[in-house]
Amino acid sequence: ILISDLQEAVENQTGLRSYRNRRSLSEYNYEVYHSLEEIQDWMYHLNKTHSDLVHMFSVGKSYEGRPLFVLKLGKRSRPYKKAVWIDCGIHAREWIGPAFCQWFVKEALQTYQTDPAMRKMLTQLYFYIMPVFNVDGYHFSWTNDRFWRKTRSKNTRFRCHGVDANRNWKVKWCDEGASFHPCDDTYCGPFPESEPEVKAVAHFLRKHRKQIKAYLSFHAYAQMLLYPYSYKYATIPNFSCVESAAYNAVNALQSAYGIRYRYGPASSTLYVSSGSSMDWAYKNGIPYAFAFELRDTGHFGFLLPEMLIKPTCTETMLAVKNITLHLLKKCH
Amino acid sequence: VMELPPSHHSATRAAALAACYLSYRRGSPGRGLALRAVRSGRRQDIDGVGQKYYLELVLEDVLDKDSTVNCTAEVLHHLGNKKIAPDVQFTIEGELKNTDEADNVFYNRIKSLEKELVAENIPDNHGNISPEMEPIRLLAWVASGYVIWQNSTENTKFQFAQIKHVKQVKRSDEYLEFDYMILLHEMVSQEIIPWQMTVLWHPQHGVQVTQESRQPKHASE
Repeated sequence: ILISDLQEAVENQTGLRSYRNRRSLSEYNYEVYHSLEEIQDWMYHLNKTHSDLVHMFSVGKSYEGRPLFVLKLGKRSRPYKKAVWIDCGIHAREWIGPAFCQWFVKEALQTYQTDPAMRKMLTQLYFYIMPVFNVDGYHFSWTNDRFWRKTRSKNTRFRCHGVDANRNWKVKWCDEGASFHPCDDTYCGPFPESEPEVKAVAHFLRKHRKQIKAYLSFHAYAQMLLYPYSYKYATIPNFSCVESAAYNAVNALQSAYGIRYRYGPASSTLYVSSGSSMDWAYKNGIPYAFAFELRDTGHFGFLLPEMLIKPTCTETMLAVKNITLHLLKKCH
Repeated sequence: VMELPPSHHSATRAAALAACYLSYRRGSPGRGLALRAVRSGRRQDIDGVGQKYYLELVLEDVLDKDSTVNCTAEVLHHLGNKKIAPDVQFTIEGELKNTDEADNVFYNRIKSLEKELVAENIPDNHGNISPEMEPIRLLAWVASGYVIWQNSTENTKFQFAQIKHVKQVKRSDEYLEFDYMILLHEMVSQEIIPWQMTVLWHPQHGVQVTQESRQPKHASE
């Protein structure tokens, strides 16, 4: 042997070293936005290096044929464990969403040994994390249009692409707050679950509906913690449980940097919308269904600078941990 | 007169509109004001006239988030004819930070440029803005307040999203003139709308929008 690590020598020569280092957990930079390819590489890597806590699988394929990856996090401690579902990036341009999903996984793996709360969470529950729900749209927002929102399905009659993946669920589908026009950004689609991404996740959630006790969906921006209903002005049956969970979560979030989130039913707090994943999850029997609208309130909007990723994710972790621990204490 | 929960969207939409108008009237390349919180809101339906909102707001300085100011505002949405901009009146409690120095530095810097300023994508796709471009962005933020005020209804909530393109227009007088193409985000429809605006500014004369027009969405869908 003349050169003990030829790969390393070549990379030193061509300056690729930093890319190689980024692939280990502690060297992956969680404070920058990552392309879809980088996120997928990162998932593959964690699946290999943390196989005791991480299991990567696919729930289906996107319109453009990309795999829809989900990470199952948790200690395989007992045969039957309840679960929490978390998805990010239903809307392509909301980049802070996928950034938070990656941050959550990082925190879980890094603090599982040292933080009693995290250890409890990963021992008693499974977490299904989908870092990028709308993979085609996310990719398009990196390569073509930073403000793209919808999926990238082709429309047969119009020159416009895409369906609003948060208007395509089968719950009061295409009623108020959604559009029938394919060129609109809130287009509900030709029929419920027309989008393969929505259909795949709905299928998974239906199959595991007895196991999943919380549905958390991450969006941006508005600084809000929302719960059902979006499609109507009405109070949910388990209002007092959900409202107190939201109240506590928002206070926990504020304790980090003083950032205030508003909270309440989506219809009155944000706007009426129909066909949303949160309403669908709730209708399907998941007692805690929340949608987060992360930072900020409009100053940067979708273009949240990378230096704000860390504080946003740090404070949001507190809210998510709070909701999870609330969930473990009954009151559904 | 009906009391509104401060987190209700009818209060927050009226408040956003008032904040935009206020920001336009009081803003400069050194001062951008944004809505921090709604403290209270009341709504009154006036027969034959329209809907009037009475609001108590907290605004923050976009360049110094810890600097806040309380305001009261009244917003009147006229019944029927949606071509008329809503009436907005406001009172600011206390003083706003003086920005004369920053404004003059920016003014002199632009006046002394050899070639007219041209720039695009501010902030860039990752949210970055260079320090030299910050006043250009704030000027657009302030001017967009006018555009938003002129084009808002009870069913819209506009936010400034990005400068796509800005070009300085040469003038023989003391004013600075910029031709902007910006993107506005309309929250209710979730549309991103390109908007052209021509902006005049002088440190002593404030910000003026002399022309503004909504643009069609580009065909790259």
